Amino acid sequence: MTAVIAESAGPAEPAGPGSPAAPAVPGPTGRGRIVLARLLAARWAVVGAVIVLLLFLLAFGGGFLTPWDYATPDYGALRQPPSGTHWFGTNGVGQDVFAQTVRGLQKSLVIGLLVALFSTVLASLVGACAGYFGGWTDRLLMFLVDLMLVFPSFLVITIVSPRLKGAGWLAFVLLLALFNWMITARVVRSMTISLREREFVRAAQFMGVRPLRIISRHILPNVASFLIIDATIAVGGAVMSETALSYFGFGVKAPDVSLGTLLAAGTSEAPVFPWLFYFAAGLLVLFVLAVNLIGDGLRDALDPTSEGARRPRRSRRSRTRAGAGASAGASAGASAGASASASASASASASASATTKRTSA
Amino acid sequence: MLRYLTKRFAYYAVLLVAAVFLAYALAGAALQPRVYFEAKVPRPAAASVERQLTDLNLNDRTPVVERFGHWAGDLLLHGDLGRTIHDTPVMDDFRRRVWVSLRLLLIGSLLGMVLGVAAGAWSAVRQYRISDRLLTVLSFVLLSTPVFLVALFLKNGAIAAKDAVGHEVVPFTGYETPGLSGGLGAHLADWALHLLLPTLSLALGGLATYSRYQRGTMLDVLGADYLRTAEAKGLTRGRALVKHGLRTAVIPMSTMFAYSFLGIFTGAAFTETIFGWHGMGEWFIQSVNEQDVNAVVAVNLFAAVVVLASGFLADTLHAALDPRVRS
Repeated sequence: MTAVIAESAGPAEPAGPGSPAAPAVPGPTGRGRIVLARLLAARWAVVGAVIVLLLFLLAFGGGFLTPWDYATPDYGALRQPPSGTHWFGTNGVGQDVFAQTVRGLQKSLVIGLLVALFSTVLASLVGACAGYFGGWTDRLLMFLVDLMLVFPSFLVITIVSPRLKGAGWLAFVLLLALFNWMITARVVRSMTISLREREFVRAAQFMGVRPLRIISRHILPNVASFLIIDATIAVGGAVMSETALSYFGFGVKAPDVSLGTLLAAGTSEAPVFPWLFYFAAGLLVLFVLAVNLIGDGLRDALDPTSEGARRPRRSRRSRTRAGAGASAGASAGASAGASASASASASASASASATTKRTSA
Repeated sequence: MLRYLTKRFAYYAVLLVAAVFLAYALAGAALQPRVYFEAKVPRPAAASVERQLTDLNLNDRTPVVERFGHWAGDLLLHGDLGRTIHDTPVMDDFRRRVWVSLRLLLIGSLLGMVLGVAAGAWSAVRQYRISDRLLTVLSFVLLSTPVFLVALFLKNGAIAAKDAVGHEVVPFTGYETPGLSGGLGAHLADWALHLLLPTLSLALGGLATYSRYQRGTMLDVLGADYLRTAEAKGLTRGRALVKHGLRTAVIPMSTMFAYSFLGIFTGAAFTETIFGWHGMGEWFIQSVNEQDVNAVVAVNLFAAVVVLASGFLADTLHAALDPRVRS
């Protein structure tokens, strides 16, 4: 997606090989404003944000738009296709699919948000502690991380979740979060290890600031941009895990509906009664896609070495290659390379964790 | 290099033992074989339930550690995985299902890896062209679709094609046509055709993730000075890209392969259930519902071995590609 963004913003860039790498931001007056301006410049991220906002409105306000309740059947309309009375049609017992989809979307979104929140908090704490303290703390925590990575989380959730019937969906949220933090923690750890040697952390240590305070005041703010990106993408991943588990009956249980249970109910009838399946499926894909777009835009906006921020250098390089001299491109590459070394590993592993999360669904 | 690999191997062995013990303890604590027996109609006598549970090494009145010791002893001494809740050897089911699953897992993940790396590298070289943009859009949509949904879309597509044409175009249930006559060739063709959709549903996810990531690492490498040097000393651009560029760009990927194999395993469990393959994943879901502790632990063992083996392979690949690791 970054490619599309970069291309659409491309013509505005100065074309001369000697011109400075002009930022698209007018007047850098603070990091927050730069980030916001960059984010707004990334059109696809804005599109993603608008979609997410609309889906939230639909999930929490959609119930008021229709007189139908998600559970009450309309016996006069069984398996009716979408119409004026039932916008998304009805299912086999006459329940309104629109009301059900709205309700399921609501549950899936809430679960996704909570899981991302919990897992990110846990990951940052474990990762920062392992990286900061080092030694046996580090070894022990990393063994725990490796152990949980080897341990197929899906299998554990499947085994445990039938026992949580009474505890409801909040227990399910905790369970999902418990198996979703390991890779993020690894990345936070490696970032912390390099931060630990920096002057401001050293200074704080020599002034006698206590370790936990250093972690919360100096380490975590410096990994915040990675955590924000990671949490954003984790929302999408968590929604996918939730739907997958609910689809197989190991997540949200019968009286409750989520997108996963709706898909499970509609699958067998999908070829004949498509509205039972494709509305829920479409909303699911749309939501995760929108979240990924935001995550991608955030990565470009928050990370100075990411592709979007590097754009001027790249385009100029390709032009010089096509043209005569290569020296301009080489020098630009060298200067960018020096600044990149600090956070390159972070951004690389950020995308790694994002993609790995995805596969766990 | 050998020392490095030995160290990694030892670490993985410890992890494996710990993971299997945890799986056993968890399954032993959470599943209730007693309930399964007591729910039988007509209801068996309490003493009979007790005896059956003890015979199967499933009695929740013996401590988990003792049961685990018994189970591990049988496994190490006799290669025996215990008995299922229906009093048949777990090993029989295991043997039958392991190849079904491995076939799907290996082909699906390898295909995803190779295609993903190739597509990502190609896309990086052709940055901002139409093909790059199309691939980006496609991979974003695929990244946003859970594996089970991809599988369902493929299956629904196959059903629609069947309804449109009048006969089955691509098979969408099972891994072979039952009672197929003909020689080896016919059987192989039949297998390949049955593999098509399930493998595709696994490989597409891999293709999307790896290609995004590979595109990023490849773009970083494309601007590197050593690539320019390689061209300057007379290599063609294509050769320089493959020999010096791709090799460096694949290194960070090797760690990812190991991590994502677990995800592929999970995805395969869903895929198997959807396409009606009688593999490990389907067995697992079935055994959890039947409170079959020994079968559940067997699947966990399989998963842990597969994941650790892929982790070890990734380490080997990493060490082979990157000389700094070996020292």
